[in-house]
Amino acid sequence: MAQDTLTLSPNAPVLGAVRPIPVSEILPWAAFGGLILLLALYFVGAEQGATALFSGSAVHEFVHDGRHLLGFPCH
Amino acid sequence: MQIENLGRESASNISGFQGNTIMVGSILLRGMLVGILAGLLAFGFARVFGEPAVERAIGLEGQFGGHSHAPEAAAPAPHAHGADAAPHTHAADAAPHSHAATPAPEAAGGHSHGDGEEELFSRSTQSGPGLLVALVVYGAAMGGLFALVFAFVNGRVGALSPRATAALLGLAAFIALVLVPGLKYPANPPAVGDGSTIGMRTALFFMMIAASVVAMTGAVVLARGLAARHGAWNGALLATIAYLVVLTVLSLALPTFNEVPEGFPADLLWQFRVATLGIQAVFWAVIGLGFGTWMEAASRNGAGRKAKLVHH
Repeated sequence: MAQDTLTLSPNAPVLGAVRPIPVSEILPWAAFGGLILLLALYFVGAEQGATALFSGSAVHEFVHDGRHLLGFPCH
Repeated sequence: MQIENLGRESASNISGFQGNTIMVGSILLRGMLVGILAGLLAFGFARVFGEPAVERAIGLEGQFGGHSHAPEAAAPAPHAHGADAAPHTHAADAAPHSHAATPAPEAAGGHSHGDGEEELFSRSTQSGPGLLVALVVYGAAMGGLFALVFAFVNGRVGALSPRATAALLGLAAFIALVLVPGLKYPANPPAVGDGSTIGMRTALFFMMIAASVVAMTGAVVLARGLAARHGAWNGALLATIAYLVVLTVLSLALPTFNEVPEGFPADLLWQFRVATLGIQAVFWAVIGLGFGTWMEAASRNGAGRKAKLVHH
């Protein structure tokens, strides 16, 4: 397996060896996607527990079992 | 195939770089899809091995006075699980609950820790659709984050195939996100946990995970550096030791919470905590192995197609 994958020309067929994806290509996805995905995790794991964006406890109650079983501090 | 083409086009629009057959957008999408699959399988595991423990613990909440965060002094009406002196069964409740104003049917055995005024969701909703949605959203989110990290790591940590990279990344995620933070701040079933410390416990729980992820990242960088001089095995071994030392020092320094009520069944606590680790093991195994399988198949197809394109 070729170690020096970075030296391969970008258009060369690559079999087996892995060429890294440039950071500049990952960054927009990571910034936007990462933010949305972390927000989703927050709603499953912590909303209406220690902190709350929405009043009430509907989110907390709905994901209650998931929160316990995923190990998040629930109450 | 269509997904790959879409990804390639959109990514080449961004940077003009066409060398990679699979682009970040499609990697992200794949991660989220594999994450949803992992969430579904974790749901199956959780239903079989986790829910019995949750159900039993909820049955004990009255006995052990869980949910002290419910304002019982302010609300004189005893809520579903707070003020009962006797352990109550959820199905047929003859005990004098003062639940006249409760909209949810008593037979459903709703479980609430709001103000004790109403039960928003029945137990069957919490253990069915609620649990399913929680695990699937968790799956999509973790799968997507996993894919973004994979996109960066793949090809940058030695001569590993995409499949091996994904498998190792899944293992690293399980250790750094779940196992090690969970040893310090373990999962607690209902009826365990003092409501007055929830803020502190939540903050420390996430801090522990963040520190663990940072230390794991540092360990990977260290392993990569050491591998050049001492070989891959020795580098990985030394980096693992470094990670463990950092996390050991950290967990000795941070405060510990033991809020398990006196007399709480040890077997139930054990059953619950082992189930939570099992859920996460299933989850991360599916992500690491499933995603890797998909990526390797895709890169093989992509390389083949690329070769054809070059020849024509």
